[in-house]
Amino acid sequence: MKGLLLRDLRLAIRAGGGFGLGLAFFLIVTVLMPFGIGPETGIITAVAPGILWVGALLACLLSLDRIFALDWEDGSLELLATSPLPLEALAGVKALAHWLTTGLPLVAAAPVLAVLLNLPVPGFGWLIASLAVGTPALSAIGTFGAALTVGVKRGGLLLSLLVLPLYVPTLLFGAEVARRGAQGLDALTPLALLAGISLLALAAMPFAAAAALRVNLR
Amino acid sequence: MSIWEYANPRKFMATSGALLPWVSALAAILVVGGLVWGFFFTPDDFRMGSSVKVIYIHVPTAIMGSSAWFMMLVTSLIWLIRRHHVSALAAKAAAPVGMVFTLIGLITGAIWGQPMWGTWWEWDPRLTAFLVLFLFYLGYMALWEAIENPDAAADLTSVLCLVGTVFAVISRYALVFWNQGLHQGASLSLDPEQNVADVFAYPLWTCIIGFLFLFLALVLYRTRTEIRARRLRALIQRERMA
Amino acid sequence: MPDLGRYATEVLSAYAVTFLLVAVLIGASVWKARKVLRQLREAENRRGSST
Repeated sequence: MKGLLLRDLRLAIRAGGGFGLGLAFFLIVTVLMPFGIGPETGIITAVAPGILWVGALLACLLSLDRIFALDWEDGSLELLATSPLPLEALAGVKALAHWLTTGLPLVAAAPVLAVLLNLPVPGFGWLIASLAVGTPALSAIGTFGAALTVGVKRGGLLLSLLVLPLYVPTLLFGAEVARRGAQGLDALTPLALLAGISLLALAAMPFAAAAALRVNLR
Repeated sequence: MSIWEYANPRKFMATSGALLPWVSALAAILVVGGLVWGFFFTPDDFRMGSSVKVIYIHVPTAIMGSSAWFMMLVTSLIWLIRRHHVSALAAKAAAPVGMVFTLIGLITGAIWGQPMWGTWWEWDPRLTAFLVLFLFYLGYMALWEAIENPDAAADLTSVLCLVGTVFAVISRYALVFWNQGLHQGASLSLDPEQNVADVFAYPLWTCIIGFLFLFLALVLYRTRTEIRARRLRALIQRERMA
Repeated sequence: MPDLGRYATEVLSAYAVTFLLVAVLIGASVWKARKVLRQLREAENRRGSST
């Protein structure tokens, strides 16, 4: 299990693995948003939490189809399926690897980008907390989506169509935490609800993903 | 005699073929009758004027739009547990019908909202939840189209339906937390105090039952098509092998 | 035709959209059903004549 995780991390960091792409995408989306909205600081500050959350979500989405696709193409997914490791654990490790290479950098980069968007200082802690709690759910749900579409050629677009509606509750609560935090309101309630959704996703999604993988490997 | 006999495609085809004309006729009579009743023979509401007539479309289609997803959930579960092909094909056949009803509910709601609330669209929990449901229909149908092997497609869409149901329900309640809405509560609750007046309720119930039968007729019809398509596929495969 | 007052456009367009969408749905269902049935007949005939 640990070996698999290390292997995935190494593959992701190696050139062409796509590590950092999501981060760069996040940066570009956040920089482009003010161009579309206009340079008024007040408006940008007001929508900053939403921009950061949607940006993080899209950056997460970008790398989802790589979770299983490469292993599927070279056949190592079938090898992994025949190993003693249960598929549920495989899906969990894959989600963890995806989060470590995509979600965690996003959490670290968010405060820097928040400065660009003039997010009020008290909101920084809440923003980081909401992303840290919410992005694991994005990775777990995304792993399920990737498992569903692994057998589909050019499944990237289909994957987004399937996964984005599933992201709705996470995005709602995550952005709510960041917004309330930025306005200096109490953000603990939405944070608790966000954590609840993340825990549900982490607990349930590996099983759903494993079920989908089993069908695709049949 | 048990309901599982209809898992046999031959039996299903025979029964549904005999049933279909009756269900279709009932659907046509009830929908047309209910709409004519509502459109021509009910008074205007003292507050909403003639715009109240939209209710005879908006409420039944919205009910059927969400009920269709529930039916797909049940048939998906039956497919996953008992592996009856008819069940999976019924779920596939119901999805476009549910999607169109959801879309009609959304559009008529927007048209109705414009004069009543002064806006086409409001990010109200009920409205937004329906929009999310519409997106779920799109994803579900896209997944059916994308996968070649029919059994794998049935399995994967069933799993998606289960997971999607959980997240759709969570979204529904998350949206309540997110924004308080403009949309009124239930129009047809058992509590007579907040019910719509009888003059509107009788034609409305006729329309609801009518749209239910319209849904049933369409699903039966489309399921028959799917069963035939499956048989056709099997025949073509056998030809190729021979 | 009842007098619809100032909401005539809204009510009529709601009904029109509904009829249009339901008609498209029924039309698409019938079209697909006919196509599949025809192809199935052809396939069964081919099978019948070859054996």
